Amino acid sequence: MAKEFERAGLPTAFITTIVPLAQNIGPNRIVAGQAVPHPLGEPSLGSAAEKELRRRLVGRALAALQADSPDQLVLRLDDPSASAELAPA
Amino acid sequence: MAGVRVVHYLNQFFAGIGAEERADAPPGAVTGAVGPGRALAQALGDQGEVVATVYCGDNYFNEQPERATEEVLALIEPYAPALVVVGPAFNAGRYGIACGRIGVAVQERLGVPVVTGMYAENPAVELYRAQLYIVPTGATAATTGAAVQRMAALGLPLARGERPGRPAEAGYLPRGLRFTERSPRSGAARAVDLLVKRLKGEAFETEWPVPAADRVPPPLPIRDLARATIALVTSAGIVPLGNPDRIESTFATRWGKYSLAGRDDLTGAEWEAVHGGYDHTYANQDPDRIVPVDVLRELEARGVIGRLYDSLYVAVGSGASQASARQWAREMAAELTAAGVDGVILTGT
Repeated sequence: MAKEFERAGLPTAFITTIVPLAQNIGPNRIVAGQAVPHPLGEPSLGSAAEKELRRRLVGRALAALQADSPDQLVLRLDDPSASAELAPA
Repeated sequence: MAGVRVVHYLNQFFAGIGAEERADAPPGAVTGAVGPGRALAQALGDQGEVVATVYCGDNYFNEQPERATEEVLALIEPYAPALVVVGPAFNAGRYGIACGRIGVAVQERLGVPVVTGMYAENPAVELYRAQLYIVPTGATAATTGAAVQRMAALGLPLARGERPGRPAEAGYLPRGLRFTERSPRSGAARAVDLLVKRLKGEAFETEWPVPAADRVPPPLPIRDLARATIALVTSAGIVPLGNPDRIESTFATRWGKYSLAGRDDLTGAEWEAVHGGYDHTYANQDPDRIVPVDVLRELEARGVIGRLYDSLYVAVGSGASQASARQWAREMAAELTAAGVDGVILTGT
């Protein structure tokens, strides 16, 4: 679906757990999700910590939407090279 | 004469461990054939024997593929198989990926031939077709009988060290590999022959189909996030409680659009997961874990984004054909662009 949004000119950040598949047949902007049944959650954390994890993942997605690169981009939470954090408002 | 020793790999569902709620099952092994392995054993007849079945949960595998592959290999190796059969995975994406990865590891690390089976549209086919013998199957387990027949027929000669014939004859998906053969006619003669047929409008068969790359050029990035309208779309099937549009949990024929107006987050009291390919427990406790409305609203309130688009677009990706998914997305994209949305966050599983 993501590629059709891209074909229509919409920058699209695809949050998915199964990254190798998305890299192969998916869009340009990919964010690695946390787990298959909860890509933007982590039930083993307390609710405050889980919400913070979700904020960071959404932050990666928004950073991907702002990234200007001809190459496919995969952003992960644990990637230290990702300078893709939102600046605090 | 002893038959070929075969080890069969299955996911947690086909191994009888459990359904989606056991997709986190770690690898294990049992002696003999289990589930579809019994049909495989019958197909092998007296030429082969399923000595063991090794299984692993689809989420356990996909969430830590390297570790899971090591554990599965360690379970397969002591049985000293002459052939490893993985799946068939039909149209199941996570299962197909596990089959593909394990199949390749068995070939490379154990030096044992592998046969698998998948529906042609399984996403794992494109990833692994060049490295594995993939028998084309139907989309569902209703086609198990025919699938394991062909997998056995392809696997037995492989186990004996024979090279199978061409894909169409031997019954596997074309791998995109080229082998050198002698032809009685020169390439020039064959090329002219093809050209003449084509010019005459006669049927012809290309010797090499040119692959079409399908990466879409990246759309321009959002330049001013604080003024941007961001839309949320999900293929993970989060719908209002009761599924008012009756979106099917697999092989869906429709998609939905639901208002987010006035909502600061999604709760299990008002929303539910209907996608048939994952365990709904965590999504139903808090649907924001799939569709992060709560965080997008916070960012909107802080002025980090301009606004969260009022409508949530929902599809169920489980079993969806590529043609269906593309069609749905085209329809959604037409509405989103007409509404002036600047960017999309699409969540999948």
